[in-house]
Amino acid sequence: MTAEALKTGATMAEGGQIPPEAARRMLDGILRVRLIEQRIAEVYAKEQLMRCPTHFSIGQEAVAVGVCSQMAKDEKITSAHRSHAHYLAKGGDLKAMVAELYGKATGCANGKGGSMHLIDNNVGFIGAVPIVGATIPIGVGCAYASVLKKDPKLAVIFFGDGAAETGVFHESLAFAVLHKLPVVMVCENNLYSVLSSLDVRQPPGRKLLDLAAAHGALALGGDGNDADEVYRLTAQAFAHARGGDGPVFLEFATYRWLEHCGPLNDEHLGYRPEGELDRWKERDPLKLYADRMVARGLADEAWIDSRTAAIHDEVEAALTFGRESPFPVRSELDTYLYAS
Amino acid sequence: MSERQLKFVEALKEAQDICMAADPAVYIMGLGAPDAASIFGSTKGLAEKYPDRVIDMPVSEAGMTGVALGTALSGMRPVMTHIRLEFAMLAMDQIVNHAAKWHYMFGGQASAPMVIRCVVGRGWGQGPQHSQSLQAWFAHVPGLKVIMPATPYDAKGLLISAIEDDGPVVCLEHRWLYSIHGNVPEGHYRLPMGPATRLREGSDVTIAATSYMTLEAVKAAERLAAEGISAEILDVHTLNPFDASPILESVKKTGRLIAADTGCRNVGFAGEIVARVVEGGLKDLKEAPVRITLPDLPTPTTRALSNYYYPQPDDIVVAARQLMGRPAGERQKIAPEDFLDVPDSSFTGPF
Repeated sequence: MTAEALKTGATMAEGGQIPPEAARRMLDGILRVRLIEQRIAEVYAKEQLMRCPTHFSIGQEAVAVGVCSQMAKDEKITSAHRSHAHYLAKGGDLKAMVAELYGKATGCANGKGGSMHLIDNNVGFIGAVPIVGATIPIGVGCAYASVLKKDPKLAVIFFGDGAAETGVFHESLAFAVLHKLPVVMVCENNLYSVLSSLDVRQPPGRKLLDLAAAHGALALGGDGNDADEVYRLTAQAFAHARGGDGPVFLEFATYRWLEHCGPLNDEHLGYRPEGELDRWKERDPLKLYADRMVARGLADEAWIDSRTAAIHDEVEAALTFGRESPFPVRSELDTYLYAS
Repeated sequence: MSERQLKFVEALKEAQDICMAADPAVYIMGLGAPDAASIFGSTKGLAEKYPDRVIDMPVSEAGMTGVALGTALSGMRPVMTHIRLEFAMLAMDQIVNHAAKWHYMFGGQASAPMVIRCVVGRGWGQGPQHSQSLQAWFAHVPGLKVIMPATPYDAKGLLISAIEDDGPVVCLEHRWLYSIHGNVPEGHYRLPMGPATRLREGSDVTIAATSYMTLEAVKAAERLAAEGISAEILDVHTLNPFDASPILESVKKTGRLIAADTGCRNVGFAGEIVARVVEGGLKDLKEAPVRITLPDLPTPTTRALSNYYYPQPDDIVVAARQLMGRPAGERQKIAPEDFLDVPDSSFTGPF
């Protein structure tokens, strides 16, 4: 999708209604990621104790939740620098994530990774790294391994619009098409790479979907702030990839609310056109979905309140766990250099 | 020990064959790996024997190294091949940022068992982009193991160790070693990726060498012996982790060190050898150590210039004489038109 199309606002996809249980799970997932990220951002700014570069997912939650809620535990995903939503939506351990932000030994990477290097093998989150594009071939390799082992398994790769400009994106997609690999590449197009807008990075009128299609992949795009649309397109993509028909490129239009890296608003920097953030906030994926769920009679204020309270307790417990966990001891400096 | 003689290239192939037979997770991926030329013969016949496990690939070194890494994280053991080291340069992000660090940065929860074989070219006008010996780059990166076998025995034993290792290993193979013969036992054996191996015992001067320079050191040592200078040769086959203790032991005896490396001089591996000896054995040194390296220049293509670019055994001989306080003596005469661009008459171009 081009920036122009995104600015005009995407429309709801046509299609059947999402089953109530799946829809409720999605609302819960979006709410949970939102509340966790908001609370961590608050603590991050105030305490100054989570001392690692942190890229918050606020505003982009519906993509992560809509995609991951349809995945089995043993189906794997990779992510990049902005990975909290993917990690949480895939079922990653919250306490281990928070402890990792605090640099503690109980963190998901024993403190050696930080926010930009999350991992939870128990739920198929095989790793996130902040070198843009790098996990695209790694995710394709994950799917390729399953094919080499004659036990094909879906692998999902999350990345942003900037990663679609790397060479390895094209190399990896072409290879995935060549070998008909069970890969779904999920591009969250949030219009910016750090502070650089799409129009200084990609030629006008050239669509990522067309590029992906030119490689021979099934290419589908839609509104990433509409959880139902994410769900429907993902379902179609998964059916294709799991069915042995080859890779799918999914592009979702969405928007990052906070600064590129860090817990604050960055509108004063002036790189966002005036009013752009407000317009996107009017299309808040959480509010949109909560309203629709209430309208469908699948959720009410009491349910949302009770879930909010439970998530609040969960995140406070995780923060306490992170704060109270021990740091790695000095002798751990040289552990895990070599695997054997 | 078996007296069976194999070529270096056959030893490489046998190592891969043994590992592929033993473990279905081992596979080879590289441009041309299954083709008729089969990486100068080092994968010859393996595609027929293991049809699904010798895989050609698009000319996408960066992407394909990432794919290989992804398979390594998912239980496979890829062996990537590059017929020239330069092609691996395109994949430095995947090698340096990801494969090397994956185990450490994720707190030991995942590992990347993969081997990246790179051929270092030389001669027949390989020139600036087909002959670089960039071991110092790789050996500088924590988490990467780096090997440079110099003999057929080491080629097989080290490559088996590398393929069976649970982390990433870069194997640099000098093209001029491919045809040399040596004793290679049958069956499975490992040479641990560890301390330098003593190839020749001596008492006057220690020559610590890498890769093809080890062979040049052997030629030099024979000439030096005729002059009454006893050279001890240590072959540094593992550059990271680099265990210099055998070199320090040797210098304790000889008091003199020549570090001979196939790479360039500035920030090169010869400098690392010297640094280790100075740090750990300064009191044993009778003279300042000497480095024998390439000059800090790109490789020229014409033999009229490359004849003067590559160090010769003669350079080692002269260095040893001077360390012994003897006159440098007459230097080997090299003419621009000399055919120093092949290791022996068995090589015919282009290669």
